[in-house]
Amino acid sequence: MITLGKDEIAKYPFLADAGQYLKDKGFTLQQFGTDPDLRLSVDKALNRVLVSADGKIYKSDLIDGEASKEYILEREVFSFLLAIVLLKLTGMTTLIKRFALAEARRAEKFLEKDLGNISDESKKELAIKIIDDLFSIQIKKQDDFFIIPIANYLTHSINFHEREWKLINRHVENGFVFLTSHETVRLIRKELGNYISSKILNAKTPSMISGFEEPVEKLISLSKKFVTHTVSTGEYPPCIKHAIEVLEKGENLPHSGRFMLATFLLAKNQPVEQIAPLFKNAPDYNERVTLYQLNHLAGSSGSGTQYACPSCEKLKTQNLCFAIPECDNIFNPLQFGKKRK
Amino acid sequence: MQEKDVKFLEDTFKKYYFDNFDLIHVPERTSEREFGFQKFNSGMIRHISLKDDKELHLLLMQNSPSDVYCSNAYYSFPNLPMKEKDWKEADLIFDIDSKDLHLSCRSDHTVTKCNDCNKISKSNDQCTYCQSTKLDNKSLPCKNCIEASKIEVSKLLKILTDDFGIEENSINVYFSGNEGFHIYVYNSPFQELGSRERSELVDYIMFKGAIPETFGMKKLKPNRSLLPNFEDPGWRGRFSKEVYGSKSNKSKIVTELMTNGYSNFQKNLEQLSNKIGAKIDPNVTMDIHRIFRLPGSINSKSGLTKLFCKDLQKFDPYQEACILNDNSIEIKANCPIEFKLKNKKFGPYDNEIITVPSYSAAYMICKNLATIP
Repeated sequence: MITLGKDEIAKYPFLADAGQYLKDKGFTLQQFGTDPDLRLSVDKALNRVLVSADGKIYKSDLIDGEASKEYILEREVFSFLLAIVLLKLTGMTTLIKRFALAEARRAEKFLEKDLGNISDESKKELAIKIIDDLFSIQIKKQDDFFIIPIANYLTHSINFHEREWKLINRHVENGFVFLTSHETVRLIRKELGNYISSKILNAKTPSMISGFEEPVEKLISLSKKFVTHTVSTGEYPPCIKHAIEVLEKGENLPHSGRFMLATFLLAKNQPVEQIAPLFKNAPDYNERVTLYQLNHLAGSSGSGTQYACPSCEKLKTQNLCFAIPECDNIFNPLQFGKKRK
Repeated sequence: MQEKDVKFLEDTFKKYYFDNFDLIHVPERTSEREFGFQKFNSGMIRHISLKDDKELHLLLMQNSPSDVYCSNAYYSFPNLPMKEKDWKEADLIFDIDSKDLHLSCRSDHTVTKCNDCNKISKSNDQCTYCQSTKLDNKSLPCKNCIEASKIEVSKLLKILTDDFGIEENSINVYFSGNEGFHIYVYNSPFQELGSRERSELVDYIMFKGAIPETFGMKKLKPNRSLLPNFEDPGWRGRFSKEVYGSKSNKSKIVTELMTNGYSNFQKNLEQLSNKIGAKIDPNVTMDIHRIFRLPGSINSKSGLTKLFCKDLQKFDPYQEACILNDNSIEIKANCPIEFKLKNKKFGPYDNEIITVPSYSAAYMICKNLATIP
């Protein structure tokens, strides 16, 4: 268990036990809805959510992670806890996700500063402990770098799509990946976001509190803005076109290529009987085997698992990616040609 | 494959297993592994669990398999269907195959067998007799193929030890029994990694996906002092050795790189991948549910044994991994390529009846270039 000082709770409010904090301070949620002084914290909470919905980070009243007056520190924590109450009352997952990500990025700034703190060793130790306790990353300091075991690095970086996070683009030496404090903290942004959002999702939803109706209404109407629509061009991505061309020429398409093609077409709801003839030119074509394998991939035989179309990243590794500008940084061939409106 | 050929190979393989039980063992943590085997002209039988060497030897004697496999993964219940096995972890494995190296010698020792008319020809695209495109490639790898594969193995070993920090004694290298090498890493910190994470290791090893920034080349205001040095660890150091060649050359080459700009630098990196990346088969390393050929077993693509390499540089597969017996046997051989086993030359044979030692007969029959008359 991490023990937090006052200013640390303000920096990392998601580590605090919300109910206990309010109780310790001698307040109830109802008071925040009615007491004109405390209402200020509700307004701040609403603002905190609105800013996050806009994709920005809430501007804290803390200066360098510290507050000049005790009440500023408290208000900072209250606004976080009340923001959660508002989100729970709103019940909109998109808002919760946006809020969690923004809060993660806010905490990220403090974590980075604490990690790089040369004058106060205890701040650095706390940041290292938070990262280890929450995300099981063992960080060591070596010269100007923070080093973490490769396997540890990969389990976190694997969800990043930017190329600079690929292991090949990292300083790797003797089993460790070398990172700056900024990169170390960036590595856990998503998980920090997930941690915060799961904490919010798992929190109990209170019944409506008098005085909270208006901000909740505001948030509900705001969240409707985030529903996205997509249009599809129906065109095949270049990797799929390439695979079909290879087969049409009667050349050998590797197993991984056949897997990609079949899972892609199955995901596009093409029936097995329509897909099978595509393979008839393959040097080792056998109709019975092909149908069996397609049914297996579709999940209609065998274990019942429906196999997913591999990601662009995996296809790159398998030499099956022939990206063109129209691919537009998609993560999976199935997203090709779908434009967000 | 014809029945007579199957009978010959089954008997010869069985004799090998009976005479060489000391060469074929179950791996450590046996009861957590999945085993599988294939019989000639038949599909794969897998999801088998074994307790010890005795059970393995019994399986070999009872089933006369063409190939035997064992998982690199450890499961709670290896004999249950895949979904219920409860995957725990898997050794890191690598496959280096000379056929993936695109060597110029390959066309000299590769023939194609037509699936329609069964005739053998040298053409790679079309059967010269019936123009069918349904062809099977048959290659009898040469010394050059093996030496080139060894270079790739050495590249891989260097990355595993220097960059990944793996102890040398945790790495075992085996001749695959056909055209290359299988490398195992035991008890490493990578055991629990899933397929996606392993594909990142693959890209690292193959030098794929590198960006100019990693090598100090920026899009805006590039600075020559940020480019790699010889003594840099990992890929930056290997980049220096390959691209600069010598220390005296460095300054000139750096100037060239700076003048050619960012996008040319990116192209250079892509081309370098072929030269300095270790050419492993990505699919093998990414697969965490694979059953991989069991060390000590025979590879039915060649009749040679998957054998542990004590000294990789000196290792000669056509001498050391050719362990089948030398009883004479008459075969009808249609093998247009000369090859060497146990220091003895064989071929070329043009549809002729010959008498050769069993190991040589098995080699040609496994390659589909001979039959028992």
